[in-house]
Formats: sequence, structure tokens, C-alpha cells
Amino acid sequence: MPDVTLVQAIDLALGRALADDPTVVLLGEDIGTDGGVFRATDGLLARYGAERVLDTPLAEAGIAGVSIGLAAQGFRPVAEIQFMAFAYACLDQMINHAARLRTRTQGRLTCPIVLRMPCGGGIHAPEHHSESGEACFTNVPGLRVVIPSSPARAYGLLLAAIRDPDPVLFLEPARLYRSQREAVEDTGIALPLDRCIVLREGADIALVGWGGVVPDMLAAARVLADQGTEAEVIDVATLVPLDADTILASVAKTGRCVVCHEAALTGGFGAEIAARLAGPGLLSLLAPVERVTGYDTVLPLPRLEEAHRPSVARILAAAHRALAHG
Amino acid sequence: MPTEPVARFQIELTRFVAADGAALPPLPDFATDEKLLATLYRAMVFVRAFDAKAVALQRTGRLGTYASSLGQEAVGTGAASAMRPEDVLLPSFRDQAAMLGRGVTPLEMLLYWGGDERGSDFAGPRQDFPISVPVASHIPHAAGVALAFKLRHEKRVALCIFGDGATSKGDFYEALNMAGVWQLPLVMLINNNQWAISVPRSTQSAAQTLAQKAIAAGIPGEQVDGNDVIAVRDRVGKALDKARTGGGPTLIEALTYRLGDHTTSDDARRYRDDATVSPHWHEEPIARLRQFMLAQGAWSREREEAALADAATAVDSAMEEYLATPKRPAASMFDHLFATLPPGQASQRTELGDA
Ligand SMILES: Cc1ncc(C[n+]2csc(CCOP(=O)(O)OP(=O)(O)O)c2C)c(N)n1
Ligand SMILES: [Mg+2]
Repeated sequence: MPDVTLVQAIDLALGRALADDPTVVLLGEDIGTDGGVFRATDGLLARYGAERVLDTPLAEAGIAGVSIGLAAQGFRPVAEIQFMAFAYACLDQMINHAARLRTRTQGRLTCPIVLRMPCGGGIHAPEHHSESGEACFTNVPGLRVVIPSSPARAYGLLLAAIRDPDPVLFLEPARLYRSQREAVEDTGIALPLDRCIVLREGADIALVGWGGVVPDMLAAARVLADQGTEAEVIDVATLVPLDADTILASVAKTGRCVVCHEAALTGGFGAEIAARLAGPGLLSLLAPVERVTGYDTVLPLPRLEEAHRPSVARILAAAHRALAHG
Repeated sequence: MPTEPVARFQIELTRFVAADGAALPPLPDFATDEKLLATLYRAMVFVRAFDAKAVALQRTGRLGTYASSLGQEAVGTGAASAMRPEDVLLPSFRDQAAMLGRGVTPLEMLLYWGGDERGSDFAGPRQDFPISVPVASHIPHAAGVALAFKLRHEKRVALCIFGDGATSKGDFYEALNMAGVWQLPLVMLINNNQWAISVPRSTQSAAQTLAQKAIAAGIPGEQVDGNDVIAVRDRVGKALDKARTGGGPTLIEALTYRLGDHTTSDDARRYRDDATVSPHWHEEPIARLRQFMLAQGAWSREREEAALADAATAVDSAMEEYLATPKRPAASMFDHLFATLPPGQASQRTELGDA
């Protein structure tokens, strides 16, 4: 079982999907000969040919729209958007069409597409290359929004996204592309969608987040453990549909919760989790729900980028505030 | 047959200096202006030195990802030299030649690519747009700037530069169409460097030329040899004049070649071999103008050495200034969010320290 990075796990899952299902086609800018600017499709053109792995002209709205047409015809397109900022050009197609083709035609036409893309900061990338725009999509009924945080979860969740009969936005935290390696066996076994993943159990406080902040939550949990506090760490993994039960069960046990994400605070998806906790979870809470997020300002260029991120120190400070209650 | 031809078009290519530097008369008047030629030459030499330094800084961890314009220096240099100060430039991420030509400072360029927003607060061309990273997204802005000039009856022109890849996006077609409908004072300049990262021009579009995309929008389109700075300056200048005097927009496709990687994050050997690239070194713009000037007796070894030395000195001093510029306090990330920072954000700003 080879140790692979997250981006290699994506490549592995894409190769597996191409091998298993003749209706799977990949399309996107520079995904062919170049193997994708992050190499997520490395080697796939050579193995599966130009009718399964399509380099597109530079046109994100077109990529999303063409995928919808392919899907309605029985293909399973997996489109790469080179960076999340450029998926904003796909909003029209994703919101007005992908998300509602099934509803509009009462199930006659469906849209099993995956739009995958790197997201998030932390790689000192140029302007518009570090977006955490998940909340633009989580408010769209009919779209699934999935974001893995480890190579194994990337492999299993991507296979699940491709096999899912409906459109999935698949977000790949760029800072995790090469930051860790783990053994990923190419078994073809998908992980369940629509489930939060408990990465660490603990009875004192829940740390809930996704994507690029997951390693920071785990690091914070290790510090807290040294301080005698056991944190439960939950990788939300599928934002929509949200597995609120897992989060509510955790908070029923811990009574305290810190929600973390890179995206800005206001209207971030953490607000949805906080709202669930304030609803069905209210009577379990021993402390106000804390949110550690990007600030409500334009993501700064790399010189100040780190100061914008939810750091381990900020997660710890929030956890200490929550623990200080009652 | 009950059919008849209803539309025909032709696309012209302009070149005044051949790849080997030979003059292809009749030349425009300015081609005998030794001082002007020297200015254009020195500007291109400077851009090449700047690009080389920026790449070196990136390689040593002192600059972010950078898109060199190696081999394409004539496009922006020629275009900017044809503009008037009151015109407005809307550049892409590979347009340091045009931006420097407009008076953006090398320090500002380095700050931007080094990850500091102050690099987009140009002291010189105050109305020029910042670099557009989302490909083609600035072309409609250029149409808007041009519409403003038109509505105010100003004799000014917007000039927008973008790549061959950009002409595949809806933003491009939408702006082109509006420019035609409203006859805007807009010049759209394609830096056709034959590549959009790994995608060659041949698979970017099935059209024979990119210039002919203009025809569909009812505006003139033409090609210019983008490695011939005299031709670029002449054709962009004519298009600017035309737009300035109410003659409407023009699309100009400058034919050039990306001699380097797409950016410092790219490894072009993955998708094109050296044998594909090397012939294009015989067409590059700096040697071409040098050969041309030498043949006219308008250049010398001393001037060449001075141009190189001056460029190196200026680039080094910009680099030193850049490296000595301290990063700003973190709280500054809120400084220009809104005209007045709302209280909610003001408290977040406080969390970052009160600088
Ligand atoms: C909308 C958008 N999609 C994708 C990218 C990523 N990207 C940056 S440059 C580039 C290729 C651009 O090609 P071209 O327009 O020919 O300009 P060049 O880089 O050759 O100067 C791509 C795909 C981007 N910046 N913006
Ligand atoms: Mg190009």
C-alpha cells in the first residue's frame, strides 16, 4: 500500500473511476498533457485517451454548462476548475441548472456531475488563488458540497461524489495537497457521503471544521490534551447535506463547541452549524458556540495571509473561552 | 443557386521589421526617430531584466509566483508607448511591459507579486486598473471605462490587454459585442503568445485567427507582428487615434511567443519540448529591434552596454527597495474594505492589533 499525498489520492480515485465506469469523463483546463496544474490528473490522458480526458479551452462557465449537457446524456463528467475563484463564473450554471435539472424535469433529466477544484489559502498563491467560497454553494438546494481533509478521505469521498446521482461540488484544500502522506489502497471503495467524520474522540469540547483547518484542529486538540482537556475533533467532510446528528451528539456529550473554517465569519457555513446548535442543541450547551474563521475582509495577499487564517492559537483561545464557562 | 454571399472578411497582418531586423518599407515616420527607437529598445531591455530578476527572487523564496513576459516585451512596450497619459490601461498578469511603460514603478510591481496590496496603489497612472488575474474578467471593465469616456465626450481611450486563452471566455465576447454596439473608444489587444499554460493556440480555438472574432461583433480586427515593436506601436497608435476621434473600437491580435514557462509554478517541458520553442528565439523582439537599429546606424556597442547596465542598476535598486519594505501590520487588511469600516469589522480589526 503506497503512501500518497492528497493530490495523488485524487489522481488515484479519478483513475479508478475512469477504469470502472465508461461513462466517466474528465474535462478541464490543462488536465491533459500537463496533468493539471496541481497534477491531480497526472498520467490519466496517457492511460485513458483524449476522449475520456479532455483539455478544454479557457472557459469556466462553458466547462460547467457542457458538463450538465453531458450528464443529461448519461455521462458522468468530472470537471476540474483550476482554482476556486474561477468557479464563481460557474455559479449561473450550477445554481440555475445543475442544482435543479432533476426538479425542473421531475426526474426525467438528471445531473450527476462533479465540479472539483482546489480551495483555501496557505500556499502563498497569487491574488484570487486562495478562495474559501463554499458558502456561495452551500445555500443552493440541490448541490452537494464535499471537502476532504486527508488522502484517504479524498480518495473515498471523490469516488462517492462521482458515483452520486446528483451534482457535487468537490473542494480540495490546496494547502493539504502535499502536506501529508498516508497509505491509500486503490480498492475502489467509496466513503459514505453526507457523514461527518469523528477524527478524535473527547468528552470535554468539540472542535468542528473542514478542509484546510482540520490539521490545525488536531494540533489544537493535542495541546489541549497536554493541558488535561480532551477535545473531540470532527471533520464535517460533507457540508451539504449536513450530518447535524453527529455534531449534536458530540455536543450533547461535551457541552462546548468551537467551529472553525477559513472562509469569512459572516454567513460562513459555520453559522449554519451554530444555528443547529442553538436550535436542537441548545439545551446541551454549557458555553456559547465559538467560531474561529477568516476575518470579514478581503483575503489579503500572501504577506498578510497567515494573519487572516484561523490559527492553532486562535482555536486554542476560543477553546479556552468556551471551557472557562460554567 | 438561390444563395448569395452576404458577408466577407479579410484579416491583415502588419510587420515593418522582419525577424532578422530587415526593414520592410514603407515604414511609419517614427521609425527613423533614433531617440524614440532607443527609448523603446531600452524599455524592452528593462522589462527583460526585470522579469529575470523577478524569477530569480521567486526561486530564492523572496517573491511569489511570477509570470515572466520573456519574448513578449514588444507587445506592452509598443502599446504603452502609443497611449496618452489620460488614457486608461487595463492589464492582465503578464503585462509588466505595458504597466512599466505607463509609469507603474518596478517597486510597485515587486510589491504586488511579493504579496503586498500597496503594489496596486499606483502613484503614477492613477486611473489605470490593477492586474487582472481572473482571465478575461477585466475586458468588460475596459468597455465600461470606454463607455464613461464616450458618455462624457472625452477624447480618451481604454486599452485592454489579455491573452489568446482569454478570447475563449464569455467575458471577452460580451465586452466585444458591447464595444461594437456602442462604438466604444476601446482598443482590445490580444497578446497571442501561442499558449494558455499547456493549451496551444491550435486547440484553444478553431478560428484561423483570433483577430477575426472582431468581425462577428461588427468591429475591425487585425493582426500585428507582436515581436516587432514598431508595428505594435504603429497599429495600436492608429487604433487609439481612431477610437479617440469617434471611430470606435478595434481588436488587435499581436502574434508573439511565450519563450518561458507560463509562470514560476509551471514546468513547460511537461507539454512542449525545447525543439518546439527554440525556433522562436530567432523572432524575439529585442534582437530584432537591435538588428534593425544597427542597420540604420542608430545603435552601437556602447549604447547597448549602457542600456544593459542601466537596466541592471535600476532593477537592482528596485529590488533592494522592495526587500527593505517592511510588511504592513496585520490590521491593515481592513484598511480599504469600505470607505468607513462598520463596527462589526472594526472589532475584528482590533483583534489583529491596533496598528
Ligand atoms: C478565469 C480563469 N481561469 C483560469 C485561470 C488560471 N490561468 C491563469 S493564466 C491561464 C492561461 C491564460 O492564457 P492566456 O489567456 O493565453 O494568457 P497567457 O498566460 O498566455 O499570457 C490560466 C488558465 C485564471 N487565472 N482565470
Ligand atoms: Mg497565451
